[in-house]
Amino acid sequence: MSVDTAAIRRIAKLARIHVEEEALPGLAAEFNGILQWIEQLQQVDTSGVEPMAGGGATALRWRADEVTDGAQAERVLANAPEREGEYFSVPKVVE
Amino acid sequence: MTRLTDFTLAQARDALKARSISARELTQAYLDGIAALNPRINAYITVTPELALAQADASDAKLAAGQGGSLEGIPLGIKDLFCTEGVRTTAASRILGEFTPPYESTVSGNLKRDGGIFLGKLNLDEFAMGSSNATSAFGPVENPWSRANDPAKRLVPGGSSGGSAAAIAARLALGTTATDTGGSIRQPAAFCGVAGIKPTYGRCSRFGVVAFASSLDQAGPIARDVTDCALMLNSMAGFDPKDSTSVDIAVPDFAAAVARGVKGLRIGIPREFRMDGMPAEIEALWQQGIAWLKAEGASIVDISLPHTKYALPTYYIVAPAEASSNLARYDGVRFGAREKGADLVELYEKTRAAGFGAEVRRRIMIGTYVLSAGYYDAYYLKAQQVRALIKRDFDLAWEKCDAILTPATPSAAFGLDEKHDDPVAMYLNDVFTVTANLAGIPGMAVPAGLDANGLPLALQVLGKPFDEETVFAVSGAVERAAGFKATPQVMA
Repeated sequence: MSVDTAAIRRIAKLARIHVEEEALPGLAAEFNGILQWIEQLQQVDTSGVEPMAGGGATALRWRADEVTDGAQAERVLANAPEREGEYFSVPKVVE
Repeated sequence: MTRLTDFTLAQARDALKARSISARELTQAYLDGIAALNPRINAYITVTPELALAQADASDAKLAAGQGGSLEGIPLGIKDLFCTEGVRTTAASRILGEFTPPYESTVSGNLKRDGGIFLGKLNLDEFAMGSSNATSAFGPVENPWSRANDPAKRLVPGGSSGGSAAAIAARLALGTTATDTGGSIRQPAAFCGVAGIKPTYGRCSRFGVVAFASSLDQAGPIARDVTDCALMLNSMAGFDPKDSTSVDIAVPDFAAAVARGVKGLRIGIPREFRMDGMPAEIEALWQQGIAWLKAEGASIVDISLPHTKYALPTYYIVAPAEASSNLARYDGVRFGAREKGADLVELYEKTRAAGFGAEVRRRIMIGTYVLSAGYYDAYYLKAQQVRALIKRDFDLAWEKCDAILTPATPSAAFGLDEKHDDPVAMYLNDVFTVTANLAGIPGMAVPAGLDANGLPLALQVLGKPFDEETVFAVSGAVERAAGFKATPQVMA
């Protein structure tokens, strides 16, 4: 599988990263180099192998469904680039 | 012994307890070293001298009263991937801006609880993505070692924990925290001639550690020797309800295990780690390590880990996929830097383009691609299946051996100007270390010799899940046999 500049443009959009038009061919070439290298995984017979999702051997723990934290608006907002009162502010979303 | 920075962590701890040195003078000695050498080495992104000296005074008061924790008065450096309450945390990225965490990571909190003194925050590859520390937005770190035949050439310290390893080698900290997602503790430790252990996945809490690839990331220490690493890990490790993957089992006395010896242990030698084109010096060091352990009473077993060659390509699907998801949170809205945009999408896109460096952008996009509709099964699912086979290779190997000995890296430290044009060539640095992350097992790098140019080389010891004690026992035996006493050209 290989990608062209249109595919790179689409991936950048999905990843929400702005990429200048003139950077697309270079990125496509890098991508194809990496994809060609990881292509070797197709040689491995994985039929019937259960995919391994987590890093640990054990199942995740359960805990009681109860509130353990909260009411810390000032600490949560302390690093906000922009805020209005107790809210994060962003450009207008709905016209 | 004339200089305070000559003490190992274990020796300094004893001298502090005996009151033959004070925490303040020890801390000041390290701060002086940082002031003198950090402008060149660039191991620290942020130095916090006032905080360190205030902590040192508090430690001296406790020590004078016969109190204090296991690391009371020990000057430490914290990789700038660990959130530290009230001290800027950058992940070596522009995108975090002036982010100052209102909370402390569990691991750094454990070290504080035990009396550790924080000198500052250590440089790393941006978001821990790299093997040379060259992707940091705060500039590269210089390896304190240089080649005998080319002393002017600046070498990389390895990565991503390049600041952590360089700080130990140059004596700018007595112990450091680090993280390892594909080799980021062991490879820089090897390049800088110091010791480092990646514990079992789940041994150290990931709470408050900036996430890269959550199923692979694991915190661990880098320190001067194997015993110092054990003392650090004893403090860092432990169950934490705030990390759902933290495992609730007792933390054994790792330092006691270092002296245990290897008599009767079966040491596996994986034949697939003998790579084509591997330098003769690396092969010779490996054979030397085998001979050392045999002489100490271990038996050597030939083992097979047949899927080893697929580990790196597997990693370069799994890790970017998890990174693309984890790094979605950096959008300029709640914390960190923000670029203006006409609408919300433009704000996101411009913030992320300006805030992330080239390698991080590349990995996020690779991850986005392998998770996208139509490619998920061919790449991501396939990689998860191969990962399961890599883990099974180890499960089967443990039927024949108690620990595994391999080289830590395929070469000694390389030049700051080398290997940066080809991402795949850079990724190959982690060929010996990455399988441990995929399988979730512990691994340690131990300095074991010098190459022809006088640069440090290391051996790697791998162990069963939650059997760090055996890893420490084997590493201790390698360390005693190697008698590695060389020091770098640049040192406080």
